[in-house]
Amino acid sequence: MTQTTTSPPKASDDGEASKRRGWGWLLLVPGMLWLAIFFLFPTVQLFFTSLYDPSGSYEQGYALTWHVANYVDAIKDTWNLFGRSFMYAGISTFVCLLLGYPLAYAIAFKAGRWKNVMLVLVIAPFFTSFLLRTLSWRAILADQGPVTSFLQTIAILPDDGRLLATPVAVIAGLIYNFLPFMTLPLYASLDKVDYRLIEAAGDLYSSPFTGFRKVTFPLSLPGVVSGTLLTFIPACGDYINAELLGTPKQYMVGNRIQAAFLTEHNYPLAASLSIILMLIVVLMVIVYVRKSGTEKLV
Amino acid sequence: MPASPSQFGLSRRKFIQGASLSALAIGGPGLLAACGTSGAKVDQSECTSSDSSSSEKEINFSNWIGYVDPVKAKDTSTLEKFEQQTGITVDYQNGDVNDNEQFYSKVSPQLQGCKSTGRDVFVLTDWMAARMIDLGWLQKLDHSKLPNVDANIIDFLKSPSWDPNRDYSVPWQSGMTGICYNSELTDPVTSFKELLTRPDLNGKIELLTEMRDTMLFLLLMQDSDPEDFTDDEFSAAIDKLQGYVDNGQVRRFAGNDYVDDMKSGDIVACEAWSGDVINLLGGGKYKWLPPEEGFALWTDNMLVPNKAEHKSNVEEMMNFYYDPVNAAKLSAWNYYFCPVAGAQEEIGQFDKSAVNSSYIFLDEKTLASGKSFMILDEKQNQSYQQQFNQVQGG
Repeated sequence: MTQTTTSPPKASDDGEASKRRGWGWLLLVPGMLWLAIFFLFPTVQLFFTSLYDPSGSYEQGYALTWHVANYVDAIKDTWNLFGRSFMYAGISTFVCLLLGYPLAYAIAFKAGRWKNVMLVLVIAPFFTSFLLRTLSWRAILADQGPVTSFLQTIAILPDDGRLLATPVAVIAGLIYNFLPFMTLPLYASLDKVDYRLIEAAGDLYSSPFTGFRKVTFPLSLPGVVSGTLLTFIPACGDYINAELLGTPKQYMVGNRIQAAFLTEHNYPLAASLSIILMLIVVLMVIVYVRKSGTEKLV
Repeated sequence: MPASPSQFGLSRRKFIQGASLSALAIGGPGLLAACGTSGAKVDQSECTSSDSSSSEKEINFSNWIGYVDPVKAKDTSTLEKFEQQTGITVDYQNGDVNDNEQFYSKVSPQLQGCKSTGRDVFVLTDWMAARMIDLGWLQKLDHSKLPNVDANIIDFLKSPSWDPNRDYSVPWQSGMTGICYNSELTDPVTSFKELLTRPDLNGKIELLTEMRDTMLFLLLMQDSDPEDFTDDEFSAAIDKLQGYVDNGQVRRFAGNDYVDDMKSGDIVACEAWSGDVINLLGGGKYKWLPPEEGFALWTDNMLVPNKAEHKSNVEEMMNFYYDPVNAAKLSAWNYYFCPVAGAQEEIGQFDKSAVNSSYIFLDEKTLASGKSFMILDEKQNQSYQQQFNQVQGG
């Protein structure tokens, strides 16, 4: 599915292609314009902002002095937040994969006539705002709430233990909010798998597990890769879950960036933090996509 | 395999060349940022707006939650009464302001560029009002339209150092910052020291995201004077605060939303604004008290930003709220310190128990003992705010 949507229409033969010469460009224009205005322009701006002289201020104005030391300062104070962000995002992505894969598999192969209903159920949370859903988790996980008291009764949680305002709550929030982003690409690539290939594996005496390992899973890799990327990348920058479900001890790098922009008006710091986050994520993604050998698949 | 651009008769190189050229052309304006930013200050005289109050009978009013009495079935609210009396419609944005600095960030792109914020009046604390006056972001009020304000504003608030003639600001309400606790879930918490050190409160308290409110108490705890302290004293107070965050005593830093956590029982005590405890939490088991170390006294002010187009309407509303009867009705609901003289005589008709409320009518002695936070210059503000945020950000 990812392939068919991202590929431009193929010209059927070379003669026709040359006739269409002018058109290919035109088709690209809206997308390029969009990227230029909403991605390139802000990124360039952000980059310059990260090099402003930190001795300026919002009221007096900032001067561009190519102050590269901003990056050093940014890292020095916040490396632990970066570590925490990647750890939380990594755990959430992994759990999303564990939860999302069986779900997508069931929808693709076992749901029968319930397929559409199940797909709608996966998407259903999107009908309510992200913020409202996260806020309702606060009520569900509250110290005096039913979940906490049940866990206390069966002694999983100590009597003075709590769920809300812990790393567990923040990671659970991330998992909950990003699960659909994992499930849908997984479903899309599993749905395309030719079931006869799996049957053939069985005919050739492979155990169901070997069949899954050697046939189904490799064929679903594009979904795994795009699902993990769609989950991991936004989870790294998320700050709502940490803010609403966590405490200062669970804050992620997004919280620091938000505070630097909004309450300190320290634009150089906030911008250099954003650029660092972006660079690390891009690097990780490149390594990941290379390793999984799926450049051609996604 | 994805279709390559060559299928359109384009070589990859040409494609990349073209794409980067057009990207540069469109991304070019981004280079503007290369010049840095100009200051946020504007020349107020070049940023005037026409007043369309006479043709458009409306006001866009942004305020904190729990600050205006709600419409009830039997009784009109003060806003409703104002609307009926004047024919002006008030679009009241409850909670548009949740934190001074954040609200500042919200409106600064417009005000800095001399554009309308879409709001005719908003309510901010003294120090933020002072900053905005400095930046030239506010419209001068016409006192000939504010006879009630001039006649009835209490002496204590008549002439603050940052706006001696009340040219740009009119107090909405004043209040105190202190401690709120849930008496069903905990023993009384009478000092900030207790709030931050009692083991049974570990993970069950919150502090405010307002740096001045919170740090005032931390400074008091170490016997520094919050009205006159040094950078070192501030850093020492920050280190203390860091300790209380690290050992898990402070569950979270909250804006006005601390009331939700009090209600859910997730926290049993917190740093809180006086009136909220009555008007948002309903009093009862929720008690408010000034901590033993002292308490913070502040005023929130109605301000009219540049380019707001209904200034006369707003002035009419300011004047309305400085009528002692209306002021009494407002304070009888929100339980904040009332800036209007004569309201005490009127308040009995709305709420008998409010007549001698120490929340609403502060005697001279209390007023004198209230503390406020040192006036900070920009660099101090940024540095202190940054240190404070670093604690908040773990």
